[in-house]
Amino acid sequence: MLRYALTRILGAIPTLLIVIAIAFLMVHAAPGGPFDSERVLPPDVEQNIARYYHLDESLPQQFVRYLSGLLRGDLGPSYSYRDYPVSRIIADAFPLSMWLGTLAMLLALVAGISAGLVAALKKNTLPDRLVTGAAMLGISVPVFVVAPISVLLFAVYLDWLPASWTGGDGWSRLVLPVVTLALPQIAVIARLTRASMIDVLASDYVRTARAQGLGTASIVRFHAVKPALRPLLSYLGPAIAGVLTGSVVIEEVFGINGVGSFFIQGALNRDYTLVLGITIFYAVIVIALNLAVDLLYGLLDPRVRTR
Amino acid sequence: MSLLAVENLSIRYPDADEAAVKSIGFTLTRGQSLGIVGETGSGKTQTAMALMGLTPDNATVNGSIRVDGTELRGAPQHVLNAFRARRMAMVFQDPMAALNPYVRIGKQLSRILLEHDLCDSGEARVRTLEMLARVGLPDPERQFRAWPHQLSGGMRQRVMIGAALLGEPDLLIADEPTTALDVTVQAQILALLRRLRRDSDTALLLITHDLGVIAGSCERVLVMDRGEVVEEGDVGRVFREPAHARTRALLDAAPRPDAAARAAPIAADAENVLDVDSLTVSFAERRANARQRLTALRSLTVTVSRGETLAIVGESGSGKTSLARAIVGLLPPDAGRIVITGNAETRLVQHRRAATHRALQLVFQDPLSSLNPAMTVDEIVAEPLRVHAPDLDAGQRMKRRDAMLERVGLDRALGNRYPHELSGGQAQRVAIARALILEPRILICDEATAALDGTVQQSILDLLMAEQRRSGLAIVFITHDLAVVRQISHRVLVMYMGRAVELAANDALFSYPRHPYTKALLDAVPGLEPGSEQQEPEIFGEASSPLAPPPGCAFHPRCKHAVAVCSNELPGTRKLDSDLVACHRAAELDLRK
Repeated sequence: MLRYALTRILGAIPTLLIVIAIAFLMVHAAPGGPFDSERVLPPDVEQNIARYYHLDESLPQQFVRYLSGLLRGDLGPSYSYRDYPVSRIIADAFPLSMWLGTLAMLLALVAGISAGLVAALKKNTLPDRLVTGAAMLGISVPVFVVAPISVLLFAVYLDWLPASWTGGDGWSRLVLPVVTLALPQIAVIARLTRASMIDVLASDYVRTARAQGLGTASIVRFHAVKPALRPLLSYLGPAIAGVLTGSVVIEEVFGINGVGSFFIQGALNRDYTLVLGITIFYAVIVIALNLAVDLLYGLLDPRVRTR
Repeated sequence: MSLLAVENLSIRYPDADEAAVKSIGFTLTRGQSLGIVGETGSGKTQTAMALMGLTPDNATVNGSIRVDGTELRGAPQHVLNAFRARRMAMVFQDPMAALNPYVRIGKQLSRILLEHDLCDSGEARVRTLEMLARVGLPDPERQFRAWPHQLSGGMRQRVMIGAALLGEPDLLIADEPTTALDVTVQAQILALLRRLRRDSDTALLLITHDLGVIAGSCERVLVMDRGEVVEEGDVGRVFREPAHARTRALLDAAPRPDAAARAAPIAADAENVLDVDSLTVSFAERRANARQRLTALRSLTVTVSRGETLAIVGESGSGKTSLARAIVGLLPPDAGRIVITGNAETRLVQHRRAATHRALQLVFQDPLSSLNPAMTVDEIVAEPLRVHAPDLDAGQRMKRRDAMLERVGLDRALGNRYPHELSGGQAQRVAIARALILEPRILICDEATAALDGTVQQSILDLLMAEQRRSGLAIVFITHDLAVVRQISHRVLVMYMGRAVELAANDALFSYPRHPYTKALLDAVPGLEPGSEQQEPEIFGEASSPLAPPPGCAFHPRCKHAVAVCSNELPGTRKLDSDLVACHRAAELDLRK
């Protein structure tokens, strides 16, 4: 198990390197530069700026410089927020994003699993049709459609909740962002849970339990829930990635100063290092969480654990 | 009053042409044992499921099922649940799938007691431990904490029997309880069931396709065919004087190890077509995250000559299938040689020539999964020609294909069908036609008849023997079924944990086994003499893990003849009369009956 963990961790390093290289190239391939503006700067000022940020060096040189910075945990200076290193911006903005994301994940798990279990137990009845229908909708409608519509409905027309982060306080301003962020994940988790619970309920060991006279409640609690939720574990990685990317849109729509909104601003300002830094930061999170899920998967399987 | 009274029971599935069970009836009194025997699709398992109230929701069940006078057909869930485990309990066919892999054994069993409010959790633990001991599991404390995957198949079936008996039911329904197990383990499980029934007055309803299992364990028997009861009566009477044609057919097709050998004699000057010399094969076994090297074959030597059938027998894990895979080149040898005569020595899989594959063909156990579901019968049978005889034109291919289909007894009209539209026997004929169309010199059959019903199995064996007479085909027949071995083989190779323990001519092996393991295998086959009180099995426990074979003779922990030398010295192969046997005590033991 330890050896397995070690090989998996080492195996993540090339993945990360590839992500960094691709992100670096794509950012640099984008037209325009961070200091292009309508006002033309004198050439010597431009040169000075370029030298200061090492933009005069060749691309490979810049890449090596960037990598060596990364090794020291330095994501470079931001081009648009003067005097702020990228790592500092992320450190300041991340707690809010993490709070949002964690709440959304918790909501997605609780709501998705409950809906999925109900649908599986009431297979082919009205509750099941409602859940599968709603889940289909949740998967197919993107966040950037759901978010503005829910603002319009709940904030503007009904006036139940604040329309933006700054327009409210406490829990009320969290409701809309968290729910819209969680919606697609609720849908996927409900579908996954339903499908795997239906499989488990049709398994030979559940049939054995029925033959032993166990009631439905006992069968679900003692025999079905654990195996039915196992496939969910491998979805956790993609779910977290989905919440992270979703939060980029959500933060922009609700005006939340999280990592996502900095990412959008960075992209609009051609702030290479900021965009790159956030991309790499998120890549590390996604890779690390996927790794953790894989290792957890092994640990939760008695067939692996006891060897 | 009878314990169980079934009247006019019918089970029908939507979209089915015929009812699965057609208005059957029978009774069972307290303490009695009744066997239900029939082939696949005869409705025997459907009947058992209906008794337990486990028929799928989409099926319609009519008639009456009364236990102790209470009508259970259509009874509400809570009534059924009160009867399950307390009045009637069931043991299923596949103990691997019937236990929940995510719940410890002890918890699964004690849950039954708690669910029925039979005792508190402390008492449940004590009773479960007692039951684990009663069904013959060593170290019950350890099994209580064990996960299902840590137990062997036989141990799991003991656990399932224990689970069924925990609620002290009046009726035990066992649906093919030993079909998924090795014959040696089957004998142990049947002995356990007999012993448990002697100690209590539990009635037994035993469902099986194997008449031998019924003969030793039941007083009465019910023969089912296509949803109907065709014969019912005392086991002795039914077996001796079957009244119905179906019963006679079942009895005739039933494998008997005491039957006559039927293979045609081999020509005295027949040359070797296959020469396996000191073959050692190992492969990496990935178990979860751990990778281990499993040595499947250890220094194995055997030859097969033209027109000969070599049977390979042994329990699961003995290396039978690994040998077949090594011969066809699916597993590279670590050491030793495999020579297919007429071809250069083949050492590495990559270096094998097309000629090797022409000379050597395979037939697998499950015809449905080994035939491409997207191809028609015609395409499947003709496909080898397209690869190995590219110079044939379409017309010639068709002619050879049609001739082949006729040879294996398949109707030309089946040519357009897809594999899932065929019966098991038809599909296996297609697999054989595909294997034989290149006129190979060697045919390897890996449990080729194990998935088929008795009568169908017979017809496939007849076909193989006819092909052998016709073309001098050499057959390597891998099987766990000694009755099949007796019928079709010339020589028999007995394997245990990757080694050859005995290699003998058919007659010699069955009349005078030289190795205690061979003797144990032969004794484990249930005979067809009704009421024959079988002695306790010859052999203890189950084979050790092939990852960690015992030192010395690998069989010594299970051998009742083992002495000191057996546990520390590997027995060499010696020749006794015409037998080759690897046992320290072979010369001094007399294992004849």
